[in-house]
Amino acid sequence: MIVGGISRISGPVVLSEGMRGCRMYDVVKVGEQELNGEIIRLDGDQAVIQVYEDTTGLKVGEKVINTGVPLSVELGPGLLSSIYDGIQRPLPLLAEKTGSFISRGVTLPGLSHGRRWEFRPRVKKGDQVTGGDIIGTVTEYHLEHRVMIPPFVSGIVREIRSGEFTVDEPVCTLEDDTKIPMLQTWPVRKGRPYQRKMDPDTLLVTGQRVFDSLFPVTKGGTAMIPGGFGTGKTVAEQTLAKWSDTQIVVYIGCGERGNEMTDVLTEFPELLDPRTKRPLIQRTILIANTSNMPVAAREASIYTGITLAEYYRDMGYDVALMADSTSRWGEALREVSGRLEEMPGEEGYPAYLATRLAAFYERAGRVVCLGSDERKGSVTVVGAVSPPGGDFSEPITQNTLRIAGTFWALDTSLAYRRHFPSVNWIKSYSLYLDQVQDWFATSGFPDWKDLRARAMYLLQKEVELQEIVQLVGPDALPESEKAILEITRMIREDFLQQSAYHDIDSFCSLEKQYWMLRTILSFHDRVDQAMGKGIPLAKILKLPVKTEIGRMKELTGIDQIKSLITQIDGTISALEAER
Amino acid sequence: MTKAPLFTKEARAISYVSGPLIFIQNVKGVSYGEIVRIILPTGEERTGQVLDISKDIAVTQVYEGTSGIDNKDTRVRFTGEPPKVKVSIDMLGRIFNGVGKPRDGGPEIIEEANLDINGMPINPSARDKPADFIQTGMSTIDGLNTLVRGQKLPIFSGAGLPANKLAAQIARQAKVLGEEEKFAVIFVAMGITYKEASFFMRDFEKTGALERVVFFMNLADDPTIERIATPRCALTAAEFLAFEHDLHVLVILTDMINYCEALREISTAREEVPGRRGYPGYMYTDLASIYERAGRVKGKKGSITQIPILTMPDDDITHPVPDLTGYITEGQIVLSRDLFRRGADPPVDTLPCLSRLMNLGIGPGKTREDHRNVADQLYASYAYGRDLRRLVAIVGEEALTELDKKYLKIADEFERQFITQGDENRSIERTLEIGWQLFTLLPEEELKRIKREYIQKYHPASKKG
Repeated sequence: MIVGGISRISGPVVLSEGMRGCRMYDVVKVGEQELNGEIIRLDGDQAVIQVYEDTTGLKVGEKVINTGVPLSVELGPGLLSSIYDGIQRPLPLLAEKTGSFISRGVTLPGLSHGRRWEFRPRVKKGDQVTGGDIIGTVTEYHLEHRVMIPPFVSGIVREIRSGEFTVDEPVCTLEDDTKIPMLQTWPVRKGRPYQRKMDPDTLLVTGQRVFDSLFPVTKGGTAMIPGGFGTGKTVAEQTLAKWSDTQIVVYIGCGERGNEMTDVLTEFPELLDPRTKRPLIQRTILIANTSNMPVAAREASIYTGITLAEYYRDMGYDVALMADSTSRWGEALREVSGRLEEMPGEEGYPAYLATRLAAFYERAGRVVCLGSDERKGSVTVVGAVSPPGGDFSEPITQNTLRIAGTFWALDTSLAYRRHFPSVNWIKSYSLYLDQVQDWFATSGFPDWKDLRARAMYLLQKEVELQEIVQLVGPDALPESEKAILEITRMIREDFLQQSAYHDIDSFCSLEKQYWMLRTILSFHDRVDQAMGKGIPLAKILKLPVKTEIGRMKELTGIDQIKSLITQIDGTISALEAER
Repeated sequence: MTKAPLFTKEARAISYVSGPLIFIQNVKGVSYGEIVRIILPTGEERTGQVLDISKDIAVTQVYEGTSGIDNKDTRVRFTGEPPKVKVSIDMLGRIFNGVGKPRDGGPEIIEEANLDINGMPINPSARDKPADFIQTGMSTIDGLNTLVRGQKLPIFSGAGLPANKLAAQIARQAKVLGEEEKFAVIFVAMGITYKEASFFMRDFEKTGALERVVFFMNLADDPTIERIATPRCALTAAEFLAFEHDLHVLVILTDMINYCEALREISTAREEVPGRRGYPGYMYTDLASIYERAGRVKGKKGSITQIPILTMPDDDITHPVPDLTGYITEGQIVLSRDLFRRGADPPVDTLPCLSRLMNLGIGPGKTREDHRNVADQLYASYAYGRDLRRLVAIVGEEALTELDKKYLKIADEFERQFITQGDENRSIERTLEIGWQLFTLLPEEELKRIKREYIQKYHPASKKG
């Protein structure tokens, strides 16, 4: 064990002497209080350490102990519904131990080591097993938690047990005497291995119209949500955490508000997953490193989160990871880099910002997991970005843009008029359109691509028409273009706007989305036809069916929406006949 | 009396002085963040805090400034303690300076505790959800951007806009429906003028609220660096009153821009890599360590609600200080010069305003079932009406459709009736009633944001017949 001594303290960064022989990213215990830290640079005899806790009170000369292991997380049953800080300390336990305020120098294991889990074996004596193979299962809430052989381990099963065990007790012994408990530990900065990556081709259904229908993201894809303050990043992230059709959700509150985490903590146990009808909290893992918690632990929280996500992916599940906000993570990098007196890159961020961001987002993906059964799992990453002043030209937004597959640009002016989600339909894009087209087709929406293309065309057209209106007033437009403005207003207000707090509208099934869009567009078709027959636009717009379309969101039955199409046809036909 | 420590480290060891910083040589056993007493040759004593220590140098910031400090005879004494403030329930009604010493000529308080001003972060899992609607009596806040107990909601102002008047009115009128208990107010002045500070004092005096107020005053001519400690002392006192004495505390911090200037000054003196506009890269984290000290804690009765005031330089909301503030706080109230000129009082520009916790404090049982819908509809209608104003400026009102003219009208009436209220203390019912009155200007089918049943129940037209 290497023991050194502190030679300099500057905020979260501590220099220690006598550390020769330590490895990069080893965890160290700093000072008399044994604060947790991590080695981030080695220079001769000296090690530079970022400390995950407040360093006030540390003295030069106090000891620094190297633990010899990199920052790792505990993986096993008991992760679901937990709330951790950035280095996987369970916050409720921390509160029990030290009260409502977080004090320092406390080390707590991520999992409960006393709780016993009912283990049901899946392999038998004499079976050949290799890294990733499922040797048995445990029921964690309603989820089948699959206990796997750790990566890089293989052999022949000598003994497999059945019954109730703690995570530490071996449930399986191999011929070479390797004992395998349910608990695995894994260094957070290293991605967990898999057999191979696959192209993402399945839609991540989020129940949000603007996401699913216009700018879809796939399972195993990456998406970014940049937006100035108040544009609804956090609400969007929370909505995705609530309604995404994955088995597991990892939600990282990285340098954000404490009250928001409380919100998730109180709301998720009450809300039910629309598919399994179980409380949402039972499929969720929360990582909370709020803005006033130590900045170095904020840097680690992203890695802690994605490692937990990868673990469930390895079992063959779909996992969605929400990181709110990656900008705060970038700022943590910047702060530590500044203390290290590194040469700054753009806006003071370190030059390796882009590499770190890319490395993080690349841990997303749909993969064939380790193990012989070729099961597939995915991690989808949705990162919020908080650009200063809402200006997307800043380094974090720009570097993320190069990696993320879907870009949901939130718009301050839309947020000001309470158009939520405030996704700007002109700036946003999705690179997965081609990949999900087949998926939509096989799911019963063969003309989704055409409908989407048409809606996007109209919205684009609206921008052009608005420019003309700004110059010469709306009266100067021909009737057909006035109709376009009316239709796009309907698309915006009756389709794209979706309240995250409405009891019915907060989740909109794909089928309902499809029929809502189709109804609006078929109204457009019918309006065009009628105007061709000389019916004035104003008269059509007065039809009560238009108001009915505006109330589609509140409907629960698909048939009611479908019947609107017939109603549109009927009432407009009646107008035509009158003439 | 405090006991004399067994031994103190005192030395003539200053090697370098620059701006607010002094570099102390040959130090042993100094701890990071500890308080240093600096004794000038004249006998004057000042206070500093260690910002960076290495084997032989301790970089120390001096709260009261470095003028008069020399690097020959000035002595330093290390206290071994982080900065602390003495707190007690008797602080109510008293005036303190920026580091928590009485400045009203009264005696020292008898301390109940001596606490580290940096506090500790609230464990997110120990936080309790803010849920109690605070009726401020201001329509723009209660109706559209509701404040709840435990929230941090800043006022973004511009030079010359009446943010102080608004803050004082909120402090005067704020109450939780159904509860008699008034808020205890902690008023934190950072770099504001005597005139501004005395405005608040007079206002509190006039309403007989003085005995519920604690003042922490660092005025414009007080030492700049002391401002770094001022909000922290005040919030330590707030936490003590809220979580030890079960009080509901309202903290008014003004003006955050001056605090950030002080932060920048220190950062520059330390020759750190600057972020935007010269502010340090860690300003987000630093501001968060202030703003996040609001909220409620499970198992405690009290709460801390923060209303920071900040003046946006050149009315620019994208300036780093309002920008970072907006990213941390739970919404913002924005004042507008345009509305101020039009005579709106208070000139709250509702469009960029936001309260993130609004939904927690409104609805049936708290305010009224139609509250959310009314707010959304007012927003949508006013935003559209404002857009039309721009159009009218180019093409004239005649070019508008009949419907658009109605929207134009509702935008004007909204500013005149809803936003403007002067000194009136409006109940939430009154606020919603005004909202419904405005809706009569529009055809009913335009009220898309409101559930039908609410229209039937609350619309003045359907009420009559």
